[in-house]
Amino acid sequence: MKVLAFDQERCVGCHICEEVCSDTWFKTTDVEKSSIRILDEGTGPLKAVFCVQCGECIDVCPTKALYRDRKGIVRLKKKLCVGCLSCVGFCPYEAMFYHPDHLEPFKCIVCGQCVKECPAEALSIVEEAAPAPTVTEQWETVVG
Amino acid sequence: MTAQGSRRVLAEFAYEVPPVERGYTNQTLYVNLSDNTITAKPVTEEMKEKFIGGRGFGLWLLWHAVKDDTKWNDPENEIIISSGPCGGITQYPGSGKSLVVTISPLTDIPIDSNVGGHFGPLLKFSGWDALEIQGKAEKDVIVVIDGQNGRVTIEEADGVPVDSHLVGHWLIEEMAEKEEDRYFMSVVAAGSGAEHTRIGCLNFSFYDRRRKAPRFKQAGRGGIGTVFRDKRIKAIVVKSPPVRGDSNRPADPERIARAGLRLHKEIHDYDDQQNRMRKRGTPYLVQIMDDYDLLPVHNFKFGSHPDTPKINGDVWEGRFSQGLPDGCWYGCTMSCSHAVDHYTVRTGPYKGQKVIVDGPEYETIAGVGSNCGIFDPDAILEINFYCDTYGIDTISFGTLTAFVMECYEAGILDKEKTGGLELRFGNADAAIELLHQMARGEGFGKIAGQGVRRMKEYFVKEFGADPQFVQDIGMEAKGLEYSEYVCKESLAQQGGYGLTNKGPQHDEAWLIFMDMVSNLLPTFEDKAEALHYFPMWRTWFGLCGFCKLPWNDIVPPDNAMTDEPAKIPAHVQNYVEIFSGVTGKEVTADDLITMSERVYNFQRVFNIRLGKGLREHDAVPYRSMGPVTVEEYESRAERYDKQLRELLGLDPEKMTTEEKLAALRKYREEQYEKLIDAVYARRGWTKDGVPTLETLKRLGIDYPDVVEVVKRHL
Repeated sequence: MKVLAFDQERCVGCHICEEVCSDTWFKTTDVEKSSIRILDEGTGPLKAVFCVQCGECIDVCPTKALYRDRKGIVRLKKKLCVGCLSCVGFCPYEAMFYHPDHLEPFKCIVCGQCVKECPAEALSIVEEAAPAPTVTEQWETVVG
Repeated sequence: MTAQGSRRVLAEFAYEVPPVERGYTNQTLYVNLSDNTITAKPVTEEMKEKFIGGRGFGLWLLWHAVKDDTKWNDPENEIIISSGPCGGITQYPGSGKSLVVTISPLTDIPIDSNVGGHFGPLLKFSGWDALEIQGKAEKDVIVVIDGQNGRVTIEEADGVPVDSHLVGHWLIEEMAEKEEDRYFMSVVAAGSGAEHTRIGCLNFSFYDRRRKAPRFKQAGRGGIGTVFRDKRIKAIVVKSPPVRGDSNRPADPERIARAGLRLHKEIHDYDDQQNRMRKRGTPYLVQIMDDYDLLPVHNFKFGSHPDTPKINGDVWEGRFSQGLPDGCWYGCTMSCSHAVDHYTVRTGPYKGQKVIVDGPEYETIAGVGSNCGIFDPDAILEINFYCDTYGIDTISFGTLTAFVMECYEAGILDKEKTGGLELRFGNADAAIELLHQMARGEGFGKIAGQGVRRMKEYFVKEFGADPQFVQDIGMEAKGLEYSEYVCKESLAQQGGYGLTNKGPQHDEAWLIFMDMVSNLLPTFEDKAEALHYFPMWRTWFGLCGFCKLPWNDIVPPDNAMTDEPAKIPAHVQNYVEIFSGVTGKEVTADDLITMSERVYNFQRVFNIRLGKGLREHDAVPYRSMGPVTVEEYESRAERYDKQLRELLGLDPEKMTTEEKLAALRKYREEQYEKLIDAVYARRGWTKDGVPTLETLKRLGIDYPDVVEVVKRHL
């Protein structure tokens, strides 16, 4: 399973990744629409917030709009989403985002655009073991 | 499910589905089953301004539909279902409730019941702020509201099953053309038990996308299911256009989203440390109530039992399927609508079927469990399943069965009188058979199904029971059975039950902890203020389409540091934001209370109009105030003796238990009368419990017909 990885030693805090992300997915420079956020808390190294594809949000979604695709990436079927934002409130990494311009939340789906554009090579895509099935996925096998 | 039923259209009404505007569609749907008329009625600005929606709309429509002498089974009585302006938003937990109003067969006055499931919001998204059903059909019917195609029909329903779990499945399979249709359908149904008793409830469905089955929430109180079957309705179905995040068309979606995100986060961060609602739901309360001697045991005689750990929250956490988003409307991360899956029914007509049991909730566990001396989780599940599918209210069933059991043990009843049922405390098999008899309309079940008030009369007349004794132990007021809290040691909660509009249901006021445990209400004035504020506050949820639980079953971590922790000020502010965000009307926290005061006082006048609603009708049975029997006194003798010494200056050592019972009773009954005086004064009512003309004027509900009712009693 591919996930985004962040090297805090390399990050220079240029925020280009945020701009690239919001431009790629929303054609805007508004970084509040980015699915990656670089945080400078003033002490210690910079931090990055993005989805690690853990899948906890899948079990919170009342409509099964969130699912894991064949590559292991957690994705949102907008057609099923009722905009309840449960996933935003319940993401343990605070990496599911809300923006008032949109009914549906958004998240990183490992498209790799930010990796390509990062001048400091602080971002990369790495392979990780697939996590255990979610409760929702287990129910699918029971109920069919 | 078998598809043996057939549908034949008796009447049809085509309509344009209007857009929702700021939480309202601005029309209500009127259906008359006597003459098969179906029509749209406008929602006026006056209705929105004064009655808001939900319970307010229900009472307003009912007031104009009935006469002063209308009884529950007269054709002009109505069943009204309405959510409210905020009902159907998806971003804030607990925002999909429906309020049901009718004249109750138990109390003969309006009952209101707050219920989950998807019906209310889907009704709105199908174009209707409320559904008003009047008249009586000649044969069994279903009412279908198709918001996808703008069509309402009344249909004959030959062979369609009546019990909720069957009719719910049947209709969804019958009417859903594709999987997605199931998501946006909701069925309202009762059951065979509702036909033969006065304690019928309604089941409101929501489609569970993981379990791939309809689930049910109950409008339990007051016999609404009985009215439903008396009108010969088998089911009401709504089929709505797909729900979106903005289906309710709020004025300011971001304001609602921000409030929702705050609460989602709070639940995520603190629920595990607070009530564990997401894992165990309301059953978390069982052990706490037992610990504080508040859990009803043996018809409210006692407040705790050594076997409570067999039915407490730990047990239910183990039985409920975990890790699912069990909200009864979208976005409810409080997620308390838990279920026991794959339960095998062990008795009755559905013996051997594997079913989903929705619940049990705290009230069911305490009512059909501890209050009846039943501490077997499987027996509780069996009763819970059958109550729901038969359309019987678990609270009334629990409280009335507990009453029957005490009467049995006191010798008022015996096997001969019950037709062979040994209805002693703890006999689960007998309780289950009583329930099946209610569904079949047979035997002692038919008598018991009339409710505690009518049983008292019957036992006195037919079995020579002592009228005082059955009055003292029969836990009903205004004709409605008590919900499941022992309030002997909380005067404020005695008022919280007695000084209600609809009868003793805790959704108006739950003050036991504030009063008894935290001692925050030491004076009559303090108690009266609480019995003003909290009933008004809790009424407000039912005007707007909200659930009460996300208000105080989770609290912000700094809540204890606020000026008024019992009110949860941060959450009240969330509701201010949401109401303004939906309707576009800027309001304050005080405005919310005024909205409720209008509806609450209107309901009080409605009660008076129908012959109740005065001081005499706010009387409560002594079992709710103090110990009735010697056994009961002596079980807590230390507590009561101390009170005799400290409050009354008596020496219990020199008194018999009977003398002590009498002295304590005199004191407690006087306290209750003083409480009534203080509460009526605070609410702006006369000493007889009648809202004054000044009160009606201040609230802007001094309509001529309202004033006329009040004037007869001033």
